[in-house]
Amino acid sequence: MSALDELRQLRHGGVQVRKRDNKAAFWFLAPWFAGLVFITIGPVLASFGLGFTKYNLIQPPKFIGFDNFARIFTDERLHNALGVTFTYVLVSVPLQLACALGVALLLDRGLRGLAFYRSAFYLPSLLGSSVAIAVLWTQIFGAEGLLNRVLGFFGVEGKGWISDPDTALSTLIVLNVWTFGSPMIIFLAGLRQIPAVYYEAAAIDGASKWSQFWRITLPLLSPILFFNLVLQIIHAFQSFTQAFVVSGGTGGPSDSTMFYTLYLYQQGFSRFDMGYASALAWFLLLIIAAFTAINFWAAKYWVFYDD
Amino acid sequence: MTTDLRRAPTPPRSAPPATPPPAARTSVWRRLIVPAKHLGLILIGFVMLYPVLWMVVSSLRPGDEIFRSPGLILDSLRTENYVEGWYALTPSFGTYLLNSAVLVLGCIIGNLVSCSMAAYAFARLHFSGKRWWFGIMLGTIMLPVHVIIVPQYVLFSQVGWVNTFLPLIVPKILATDAFFVFLMVQFIRGLPRELDEAARIDGCGHPRIFAQIILPLMKPALATTTIFTFIWTWNDFFTQLIYLTDPDMYTVPVALRSFVDSTVATSWGSQFAMSVVSIIPIFLAFLIGQRYLVKGIATTGGK
Repeated sequence: MSALDELRQLRHGGVQVRKRDNKAAFWFLAPWFAGLVFITIGPVLASFGLGFTKYNLIQPPKFIGFDNFARIFTDERLHNALGVTFTYVLVSVPLQLACALGVALLLDRGLRGLAFYRSAFYLPSLLGSSVAIAVLWTQIFGAEGLLNRVLGFFGVEGKGWISDPDTALSTLIVLNVWTFGSPMIIFLAGLRQIPAVYYEAAAIDGASKWSQFWRITLPLLSPILFFNLVLQIIHAFQSFTQAFVVSGGTGGPSDSTMFYTLYLYQQGFSRFDMGYASALAWFLLLIIAAFTAINFWAAKYWVFYDD
Repeated sequence: MTTDLRRAPTPPRSAPPATPPPAARTSVWRRLIVPAKHLGLILIGFVMLYPVLWMVVSSLRPGDEIFRSPGLILDSLRTENYVEGWYALTPSFGTYLLNSAVLVLGCIIGNLVSCSMAAYAFARLHFSGKRWWFGIMLGTIMLPVHVIIVPQYVLFSQVGWVNTFLPLIVPKILATDAFFVFLMVQFIRGLPRELDEAARIDGCGHPRIFAQIILPLMKPALATTTIFTFIWTWNDFFTQLIYLTDPDMYTVPVALRSFVDSTVATSWGSQFAMSVVSIIPIFLAFLIGQRYLVKGIATTGGK
């Protein structure tokens, strides 16, 4: 059962409560409640308040009404950052999931050495968000980097992939696709749940592998695909480290790797414009919520629930 | 018509040789498909892991050779990149590793204690508004850190916690990694209720049921939490970059980034060397905890 299924069930009502242990529950949940107030929900509400102020941490916050929110609609660098982020999310997530599903299908059904392959493909997911890999990426796609050496071997002339605004974002997309291992593991677990009988019956009826994939595998895997999609989209919106390291914290060249989160960081923690950064944070929350809501709405048309 | 129908089943039995050509073709195909799959998978894996292997090999090469050799064969083993990188910043990389280790340890303990407590309440206790609170908890799994970082920073800077590990560890002590709460709730739900009921009849209160029955049984979930907390905290860059600005407090990712920024691009050797140093702990955690990692992803992800 995934977190999403839980949410679905909560909406449809659950078990009635009989006996209560309120006092014990309070103590067991005390740290979590404190976290809710001070670390998660509290700050979310506070950032809404800060969004209406001009605040640089030194002088006390000054109320400026809707100025910060209005600025969101006129800030052209932000619009560019939105474009970069949307491109990154909408290109890298489908590619990543396609790779994850493709490799999971290759690995499925008793291939020898499954555990070895699974580990090998999963490793990049663990490394992908580290600074070390970002450093490596800077070298690979640099003008004299590994990629151009390999291309040169085949007689193709390369270029500085990261220093060129047209291709800088692509290198980060490649990096995200590279980390397809963790959705792949989720796909593998899902594939294992599909009863082999379905395939046997389909094979007896003369269904080709191709139609077996479209009519059995994909529909039965669609809840998993949905889960991965929601998760990876939320995840991709939050990418920061790679763009930060690859661009030396600038989002360059020419703002081509300026992720939304990087822009937010610059506003908040380089320029200490905490008010605007708070407004940006809220806007990001709205965007992610909207994407998730669209996903849930669209799920009605393509996700197939067996139960 | 009728004769045709009656005859239809018989020919195959009398003439089996009629079928072999397609059958043979499929069996050749079958015999080829498995090696082809292996070949494809090895190729994909090799291409994927090549850059990492190359980084490790390059870190053992003299600096000027890195640009020239895209291959993996080492002529000689040079460790000077490591020495150079280790002492490139003051304090040395040893301090950063120690800082990261302390931070990771604090986060692991915080997560283990607080998340298991919250999970016990959600999985086993009945209390007012449970569904509502549980819903909020699930919702916070998806809450991006960027949304809360600004007011959180304001709060922590006002209490003077910037440049300490507290802003990074305290949230873990307060069970804000809801992902782990959920993971443990799922695990506890799978444990037989008869165990706690029996203990209850014997007069055990909730603290003892939790500490002496549930906690020992949920070791796998605790192991998964440990390993994920380790890797995520070790890799985490965003919050560490924000809260740790004093070089003495730098953790490995922050130090590595500052090292890369402060050196010229020609010192790839020592940059690679320190990058390798920074991912060795992840790699070890991966080797030791693979089983739990895979299970953790599969059980919380899949149905």
